[in-house]
Parts: sequence; structure tokens; C-alpha cells
Amino acid sequence: MSEGIGARVLRKEDKRFITGKGRYTDDIIEPNQAYAAFVRSPHAHAKVNGIDASAALAMDGVVDVLNGHQLTGDGIGNIICGWGVTSKDGTPMNMGAWSALATDTVRYVGDAVAVVIADSKEIAKLAAESVVVDYETLPVVVGSVEALADGAPQIHENAPGNLIFDWEIGNKEPTDAALASAEHIVEMDIVNNRLAPNPMEPRSAIATFNESEDHYTLYTTSQNPHVARLVLSAFYNVAPEHKLRVIAPDVGGGFGSKIYIYPEEITCLWASMKTNRSVKWTSDRTEAFLTDAHGRDHVTHATMGLDKNHKIVGLKVNTKANLGAYMSLFSSATPTYLYATLLSGQYNIENVYADVQGVYTNTVPVDAYRGAGRPEASFVMERMMETAARQLGVDPAELRLKNFVKEFPHQTPVIMAYDSGDFAANQKQAMDAADYKGFEKRRAEAAKRGKLRGIGFSNYIEACGIAPSAAVGSLGAGVGLWESAEVRVNPVGTIEILTGSHSHGQGHETTFTQIVAERFGLPTENISIVHGDTDKVQFGMGTYGSRSGAVGMSAIVKAMDKVEAKVKKIGAHVLEASEDDIIIEDGAVKVKGTDKQMLWHEVGLAAYTAHNIPEGMEPGLKESAFYDPSNFTFPAGCYICEVEVDPETGVTKIIQFTASDDFGTIINPMIVEGQVHGGLAQGIGQAMFEGVVYDPDGQQLSASYMDYCMPRADDVPMYQVMHQSTECPGNPLGMKGCGEAGAIGSPPAVINAITDAIGNNNLNMPATPSAVWAALQEASKQAAE
Amino acid sequence: MTKITMTVNGKAASADVSDNTLLVEYIREHLRLTGTHVGCDTSQCGACVVHVNGQAMKSCTMLAAAAEGAEVTTVEGLAASKDDLHPMQLAFKENHGLQCGFCTPGMIMTATDMVKRYQEAGKELTEDAIRHELEGNICRCTGYHNIVKSIQDGASKMTTA
Ligand code: FES
Ligand code: FES
Repeated sequence: MSEGIGARVLRKEDKRFITGKGRYTDDIIEPNQAYAAFVRSPHAHAKVNGIDASAALAMDGVVDVLNGHQLTGDGIGNIICGWGVTSKDGTPMNMGAWSALATDTVRYVGDAVAVVIADSKEIAKLAAESVVVDYETLPVVVGSVEALADGAPQIHENAPGNLIFDWEIGNKEPTDAALASAEHIVEMDIVNNRLAPNPMEPRSAIATFNESEDHYTLYTTSQNPHVARLVLSAFYNVAPEHKLRVIAPDVGGGFGSKIYIYPEEITCLWASMKTNRSVKWTSDRTEAFLTDAHGRDHVTHATMGLDKNHKIVGLKVNTKANLGAYMSLFSSATPTYLYATLLSGQYNIENVYADVQGVYTNTVPVDAYRGAGRPEASFVMERMMETAARQLGVDPAELRLKNFVKEFPHQTPVIMAYDSGDFAANQKQAMDAADYKGFEKRRAEAAKRGKLRGIGFSNYIEACGIAPSAAVGSLGAGVGLWESAEVRVNPVGTIEILTGSHSHGQGHETTFTQIVAERFGLPTENISIVHGDTDKVQFGMGTYGSRSGAVGMSAIVKAMDKVEAKVKKIGAHVLEASEDDIIIEDGAVKVKGTDKQMLWHEVGLAAYTAHNIPEGMEPGLKESAFYDPSNFTFPAGCYICEVEVDPETGVTKIIQFTASDDFGTIINPMIVEGQVHGGLAQGIGQAMFEGVVYDPDGQQLSASYMDYCMPRADDVPMYQVMHQSTECPGNPLGMKGCGEAGAIGSPPAVINAITDAIGNNNLNMPATPSAVWAALQEASKQAAE
Repeated sequence: MTKITMTVNGKAASADVSDNTLLVEYIREHLRLTGTHVGCDTSQCGACVVHVNGQAMKSCTMLAAAAEGAEVTTVEGLAASKDDLHPMQLAFKENHGLQCGFCTPGMIMTATDMVKRYQEAGKELTEDAIRHELEGNICRCTGYHNIVKSIQDGASKMTTA
């Protein structure tokens, strides 16, 4: 079947995007629409003594100016964190209050204190500038280490010393003992730089309150509109669920940053009720830097022990995770259960222990960004492996090979039970494709041209397809992480698939139809995908953590199982055959071994006319299913990066980037490769270009594209992307997920390559030309000494 | 307020706009041609690229009034007819040159201009040249790999078209 599983089907969604007919939130205009502009704190930490909006209110076209006291007074709830983390001593995390509009204290630059609603965007912005806020500035702290120091400014009253949690995982004493008796010790300080997610479409919301029906509609840039509705209703008290419709239309990228329900959406809904107008807000890029949840920002100390045969005997990790000024929705899970559970990497390590301190600072809240915890884990592990190989004077590939997990299932000391994989096979595939054997020759040739050539590995593993609801519930999650699907076969035989997953670039409209086409032998043009609207789809958990394939499509498979069972019953009845002899292929229901058949649309019609269906059968052909995964899935792979550094300037060029991934079953290789390409560019961006920078006063110095270096076309190479897969035993399609791998695996490969080239292992991300140049100077100084 | 008149996608358009209305605002909000996007506020991302008198322009850097009398083409007007795709649009589809689609209109408008300039000058549009020419267009989804391939393919389709 040319459009089924494994086919490079061109995307159904493309036509509207290439012709300019996509429908993003900001493209939508409601009648009677007003515009919101937020009054934001210019200070990173201050008391708010008063707000004078009289000048703004006097302006022509200003509808209202609303503040945090009014918002909390109307019973709008504080913003929640969806995952409770328990500290070592058994106490729950210390979470400070976060109101959508700050009342008494602002805690980061960009924290909103009021909102202006006006007839036009220009008037709203002008009026917001005229609102006078009486701030009394307070001392500021921006780094996690500084925030934990004695005497640091206190950010939330109920988080003494700015410590949100002090959490641990693994086996402490055995790990200490293993390290104490290890033959070789590798020890490193590792920083994972803070990133701004930067989907190209800025966040946007339009809220409409319909007074006569007491009903709200919200169009918003969301990766999970159903979760948004649940949270807006159950926790923020905007409206009960049946009085609130959330629609996420075309969404221009998310990368995690559009999972969360932000102050702006809450405020627009509430303001719409207050003003009886539709209220629209669209972020500009600077506002996005100031308010979209950031990613990463870890400071880590790691110690690894190896025996005389170079087998790893223990790994101990301490991480200080900067969570910003407030706890965002998954902020507590990202540096704990999504991070430290992957610290065993692809390796068989008996003893692993990690402790993580979550810390408040006067910065933008930090949460999951493409990879969410797993890039940080793979960066620690793969920098440690490369460093160990250098320290021991052995080939980094050999050292990895020696320590790989080779038997499955494999239980690590940090919760995860790896179900499948063949790490050596991925490594071999990548090494062959990258011509690892020929590298020294290339290095020598580059040296003749005055260039420093280096090569670096990264053998990542991640956990995705999150995840078994009972398991995550026992670890502190506030929600279950299943997915839903409904398969509607229409009377004419066309099919609509309703899914709780949400596509914002991943191509679900294509991939999801392929599994249906495969199953029933139908052309993909007869199948369409419905998603992103809480009035159409009953419920769903949305798209993040590479879960739409392994979890979302599994739910579709379950619903298709039920459809198939009913179709076979109808077929057997109409064709007067035994159900066991009925097969479905090429768009027809056939009796095995005969030429008796019903075409697919005839089955649909039979089900809906109900003139001739088995006695007692309900008419119609529509089935739904909820799928709860039985385990995480474990995509893994080997990435090899080869770079050339110009020692005069520190400018680094990626000569070749090779990726061999194990994603399990692949439905559409074209789309999967695209996901890897994008992830690689983001990972290369983290390694070489990107970094959010704060000054000591908490001002973000990198809040525009002039200052925050996004990877451009001439910063990245053509990638060599390939697959070497083992089937995932945990779900019906054997899928593992592919959305985040590129961003998880690539940063260590790049840094391992650059440090190999320059002969100095002391290099932080982003490895900009000036950082590389400085590291080179340091290396030559050390060599001279 | 200024009265402006221009041709957009082959049709005459005129309106009274305030003096500081940007071309992109005029296109998106007055003409409701929402294929042209806004991705930044510092003229860096290229999501807003349109053609003004045949040349690629960032419509966020230009006042609507400055386009007085101009011929403006947006992504909606690129194809020869409603049922057609421009060869570059087709190339983006066939090479999976887009994911979320937000940067795509700007990429396609930049790409068609780039190919036209190189072909008119008889210069070869190499991979390096394409990457260099894309300096003003940011994509967060594709890692550029398939955008470069799309433009290479679009360039050959435009020669043969
Ligand atoms: S919106 Fe014009 S360059 Fe970004
Ligand atoms: S396709 Fe999403 S930004 Fe380019």
C-alpha cells in the first residue's frame, strides 16, 4: 500500500501553508474585538505600592484598565504547577503564589501588573505606557547558585532560601562506596545554558465572552487545548468546562513553550467578561523573550568512577536547576523525573545517585523546552563519557561500546526500565556513515590548511511517549498521560479521526491518516484528522514529549480495532459468511477464498441505514478509545559531529553531522527526518549560538533577535540522517517517538567535537567564536607552562 | 491619515491609513491577506517578506504609505491562478520544506526573488549561496535542510517552467 506505514507521503496540510491560507490565532478577527496590552514590570524584583491608571482611562478608545487585585477579587485562581515533587526529607515542594496579574510584588522583568483593553492595538499600547506604577525596588538574584547562597534576596516567603525542593533519586550509599573504590575518577562541572524556545509564531489569544449564554470561547496558540480548558476551568475558575470552548487552530511551532497556560490567556478570558468585548492579545518578539517559559539552565557537578577494565561503576550528580520567578506547569518534573531518570544513559551502571535543588530566581519561569530534562541528562552523560575516554587515553567509541546496555529489558537504578534497543548497531551505522576510520587523515589534512579538526560522539537515550498514568501519578503528576481517539466512518465511507493530540508542525494530518489507510486499504484523501477544538474532540492530553506517535496513534489503533470488529460483523451478516472468514483489504470487506465482497462505502451505508445489520446491533459506525501506555518508550541513537575550527578567529564550522536513530516503527520517513533536522538545528543552536543572558539587575540582555542568536541557514550543514531501529514492544505500532531526539542528542556531540579540535575540554555552551578563541588561548597558555 | 493606493496581487487597493501604518499591517489587517506573517519586531526573521515592484522586501520595515503606487505581491498572489501553484510553492511541498508553516510564506517569497536574481544575472545558485541568501529568514522547525533542498528544486523548476 503506497500510502500506508513506511511511505513518504507528501503532507496534506501543506497546501494551505504554501498558499498563505493557514489560519493562525492572530489571523482571526472577532466582531466587536478589543485589544489587550499588558503593563509589565521593568524591575526584576519590586514591591508594587500603587497603580495609577487615570491617564490611560482618560484616553479616547480605552475600554478599561484592569489590575491584579480586581482579578484575584473576582476569584481567578493562582497559576498551578501540575507535578508535585517531594524533597529528600519527605516534605512537599515550597511553592510561592503566582497570580496572572501581580498584586503586591513583581518578581521578574516582564511580570504583568495590569492590562489595558482598548479599541485598537496602538491605543492599547500607548495607554499601557501611560499607566504609572509605584514600584519600590528590592534586591535581585538571577543565578541558581547565587540564589541558594546565604543572605540571598528572598523571592517567595514560603520558599526559605529560595529552595523549592531538594530532591534525590538512586542509591546514595552504594554509589559513594563504588566511587570510593573506583580505579579511575572523572569529575566535571557542567553548565547547561538557558534557552528561549522561540517558535516563530508568537503566542496569541482571543477570548470572547457570550453574556446571553454565559459561555466563553478562547482561540489560543496551544499544544494542548483540552488541558488548557481543564486547568482554566478547574483551577483558574474562569468558567465551568461545559461553558468554555478552547480552540488551538494552526499553531506555528511550540517546542514546549505552548504547553503552558499563561497569565495572558487567563487575563484575556477574564477581561472579556469584564468588558463584554472580545479581547485579543498577540505577543511581540520581545514580549516572547520576556514571558515565554525558558528552557534548561542547570549548574551541575558530576563524578563518575570506572574500574581497571574501564567499566563504569558509579555516577553521582548534583544539579541546581533555576526555575525562575514562579513555578510553571511542568517546571518541577523537568529537572527531576524527566532528567535524573535518564542519567544512566545507554550504559549498564549499577550505582547512580542524583540530587537536584529547584531554585527560585528573579528570571522568567523555566519549564520544558524541546527535550525537557533529557538534553540536560544526555549532555552530562556524554560529556562525561568523552572526558573519561580522553582521561583514560582510549577511543571514545570503544569506551561506550564496552559499557552499553546489551540485554533488554534493562532496569536502571533510576526508575527507568529500558525495553529495547541495539546501541552498538546505531553506533556502527553512524561510524560507518561518518567515516570515523578516516578521521585522522582528515585531521592531518586540515592541519596543513591551518585548521583544527575535531570529532565528537553523543550516544543519547531518552524516555518519551509519556506515559503510564498510574506510574506518573505515583511520581507526583497531577494528570493522567493517556490519549484519546475517535474513528468516525461516515455513511459514504469517508473517515474522520478525532484526536486529542495537537499538530503544530508535526504533520499529524498526514501521518495519522497513513495508519488508517494502511489498516482499511483506503486512499488517504478519504481520511481527515480533526484536532485542536474542545467542542469537536472530547478530551485529550495534547502534544509534547514526543508522545503523539506512541500514545496518540496507539489510541487511534485501539479505536480502529473496535471499528474493524463491527465492520466484520456487518460484513459477515450481509455476505452470509462466518466472521472468521472476513478480511478487510484494498478498501473492501471480503470473504476469504471467494469473490464475495462489500466495498467500504457499502459497509458504511449499511451501518447507517441499518436495514440489514445483525440483530441487536446498534446502527452507525463510530468508535472511540482511550489508550494508556504501559511504559515509557526509549528512542536512542548515536550522533557524530565533525568540526573545523579556525584558530585565528575561533570560528567553528560543522563539516558533517551524522545521526543514526532508533525510533522503532516509522510511519512517514520524510516527516521523521524533518523532525530530526529541526531538532539537530536547535541542539546545534544551544551548543554554538543560543543563550539567554541576564545582567545582575535581572534585565534580559538577549531579548531580541539582534541579541539572541538564532541558528540561520548558513550556520548549519546538510545533515546525514539515518535509522537503525528495534521495535518498541510497548505499543501496538512499535513506535518510540522522534520529536525531541535531535535536540537531545546533538549538543554534547558538538561540544565533544569542538573540545577535541582545540585540545581544551573546558568549554561552555554556547561555544561562540569568542568562547572558542578564549579556550584556545587558555590551552596554549597551559601548554607553555 | 494618508490615502494610499497600490496594486496588490494584481488588484487595485486603496484605503485611508494612519501615517505610521506599516505595510505588513495594511496587508494583514486592512486587506485581510494573512499569509504574510509577523515573527519579530527587529526586522530579523523574514516572516513578513513580500514583493514590492518585483523585489523581496520585509513588509515590517516599510510604511504602507511608502508603497504608494507600487505593485505588491504577497504569497497569496504568487501562483498564476487560483488552481495553480507557483513552482517554488510546489517545490516546498515536494521537498517537505515546511513544518509549522509560519516562516513558509516569507521563505517562498525570498526564494522566488533569490532565484530570479541569480537566473537573470546568469549566476549559479549553489547551496552556499542559498544559505547565505537566507540570512534574513529564520525557521525554527526544519533545520533548513529541506528548505535548501526546496529552493534548489524550485530553482530548477523555475528554469524549466
Ligand atoms: S516580521 Fe518582518 S522581519 Fe520579522
Ligand atoms: S516551518 Fe515552522 S518556522 Fe519554519
